[in-house]
Amino acid sequence: MAEHESGDLQLVGLSKRFGEFTAVHPLDLTIPEGSFFALLGPSGCGKTTTLRMVAGLEEPTDGRILIGDTDITHARAYQRNVNTVFQSYALFPHMSVLDNVAFGLRRKKDKDAKRKAQEALDLVQLGHTAAKRPNQLSGGMQQRVALARALVNRPDVLLLDEPLGALDLKLRRQMQIELKRIQQEVGLTFIHVTHDQEEAMTMADRIAVMNGGHLEQLADPTTLYEKPTSTFVANFLGQSNLLRARVTGSAGEGLARADVQGNEVVIDAAKVPDGLTDVWVGVRPEKLTLGESGGRNRLHGTVVDASFTGVATQYLVRTAAGADVVVVQQNDGSARAAVNENVTLSWEPGREFVLDAAQDDHAGMDEVA
Amino acid sequence: MRWLRRHLLVIVAILVLVYMLIPNAVVAVFSFNNPVGRYNYTWQEFSVDAWTNPCGAQGICDSLGLSLRIGLVASLTATALGTMIAFALGRYRFRGRSGTNLLIFMPMATPEVVMGSSLLTLFLMIGLPSGQLAVTIAHIMFCISFVVVAVKARVATLDPRLEEAAADLGSTPVQTFLRVTFPLAFPGILAGALLAFSLSFDDYIITNFNASPSSITFPMYVWGAAQRGAPVQVNVIGTMMFLIALVVVVAGQLLTARRDRARS
Ligand SMILES: Nc1ncnc2c1ncn2[C@@H]1O[C@H](COP(=O)(O)OP(=O)(O)OP(=O)(O)O)[C@@H](O)[C@H]1O
Ligand SMILES: [Mg+2]
Repeated sequence: MAEHESGDLQLVGLSKRFGEFTAVHPLDLTIPEGSFFALLGPSGCGKTTTLRMVAGLEEPTDGRILIGDTDITHARAYQRNVNTVFQSYALFPHMSVLDNVAFGLRRKKDKDAKRKAQEALDLVQLGHTAAKRPNQLSGGMQQRVALARALVNRPDVLLLDEPLGALDLKLRRQMQIELKRIQQEVGLTFIHVTHDQEEAMTMADRIAVMNGGHLEQLADPTTLYEKPTSTFVANFLGQSNLLRARVTGSAGEGLARADVQGNEVVIDAAKVPDGLTDVWVGVRPEKLTLGESGGRNRLHGTVVDASFTGVATQYLVRTAAGADVVVVQQNDGSARAAVNENVTLSWEPGREFVLDAAQDDHAGMDEVA
Repeated sequence: MRWLRRHLLVIVAILVLVYMLIPNAVVAVFSFNNPVGRYNYTWQEFSVDAWTNPCGAQGICDSLGLSLRIGLVASLTATALGTMIAFALGRYRFRGRSGTNLLIFMPMATPEVVMGSSLLTLFLMIGLPSGQLAVTIAHIMFCISFVVVAVKARVATLDPRLEEAAADLGSTPVQTFLRVTFPLAFPGILAGALLAFSLSFDDYIITNFNASPSSITFPMYVWGAAQRGAPVQVNVIGTMMFLIALVVVVAGQLLTARRDRARS
């Protein structure tokens, strides 16, 4: 339905300091028009601050914000064609739900405000609540009203600040699908802030991972998961086994030889950062197989813990060198290992990722919200 | 015994209410008296003379009119000024903020006699004659404090994010104030205005210091009349004021109740 021409949103060296404290370090981001973009990171990493700068509610310390070719860095909030769904909804308590949704249109003197607002309410399946007051609705309904109130203005960019934070898990999943559907239907640029990695992965076309006011990595969900470029991203998105390794030479066919705690393995040479020999070899738990059928690379250890989750069993295996490795085995009928059993772990070369050993292997671990 | 225990709270509440309302009841009853002599303290016989001719006592309606006029001007001015001060204090950090906070409380804590006399001194010094203008200025002065307190309490509960949301939706600062901030702060502003009006209307001490013989307010008239002998009309007007206040309060309650019911 939407033929919306506005252009990409560009942040150029955008930064924000509060006194001595730097909440956002110079940030360069291009958010393609019409994309579903997620801003992901632990609490306090500067997501809301970034969003508020785009909305015009916070004055950037430095840098520029552009939509297409228009520089909006110094435009006031009410002059920008950008709308926000606030973390706390911020619905006007003294107005009916319909008046809330029509608020933006009426400021633009839209003659059709009422009808469009009603349509927007129908879109979020709340048409029947038009005459009610916001405080008569449940949290999930209020969230949808806030969404309708922002959407109805057809902004160049729609900013969503953890809009699903207050919802229970089931409603949240439902709303995630709903949001994605609406975004595809109206074709607006969405910037969705969240600290829920699963939410970001299921919804977004592209994800920017932030940490401590810095951009850690910008990529699509698959790349982020399969090829994290830092230990922070590796740990923050899903689980990772980071094994200390030393690259010892070439193994031919684009593979490199590496020593992992006395076990020789081969890894994808292209993944080794240029000129490094001390590295972390990262393997996701589901890429490891209990037994020798998983591939050429082998590790040996003892099962320390096994927890059955229904679709899978998660094992904690301690290697001879004392490293703890997490393995997830699908409940596909294959033999299960018992605690204290000695096991072999295997994986196929190329299913790992490789990071500089100078990075902290615990980065991002405790920060999963 | 058990009955008493169960209903004790209600009984006490009724007794307190009766205690508070007896003066009003007495005033109302004696507004139908037909006294002999100058004093309306003993019941003689039933009469509606005073009710059919409330302005019958000399000067009473002039003083009532003056009090209403002063009350209106003072409460409106104090509400406008006080609201602005309340927003400044509640919303912004600036140098001298805590000092202002303290000074705003001073008029409420100062004994009226002190305030009345010092205001008179001030007015004499700057050459402002006693009279209606001086009284109005004095009333505005002490009403502001009460308005500030009432409005500030309301401003503190306002979520600043609502204003951000309004700006985000394209409303200019002026529109945001008119459509979001003001409606939300209105109950506090109204409460402040009503309080200011009633304080101005029944102030005696400060008024007495700054009034002139040509500016006798209603409380001053009643006081003077009480010494010379009180006409029944004083009771009539007192009762009317009570009834008007009662009607306003009850109507307000009914309106809120109906709106709440309509919403659910
Ligand atoms: N007005 C402010 N004054 C001072 N510091 C601030 C202000 N706003 C934010 N900060 C600081 O900036 C940092 C980033 O805050 P921000 O709200 O952007 O985090 P966030 O990523 O949105 O976190 P969360 O997931 O908890 O919402 C925090 O450390 C916060 O304390
Ligand atoms: Mg936030």
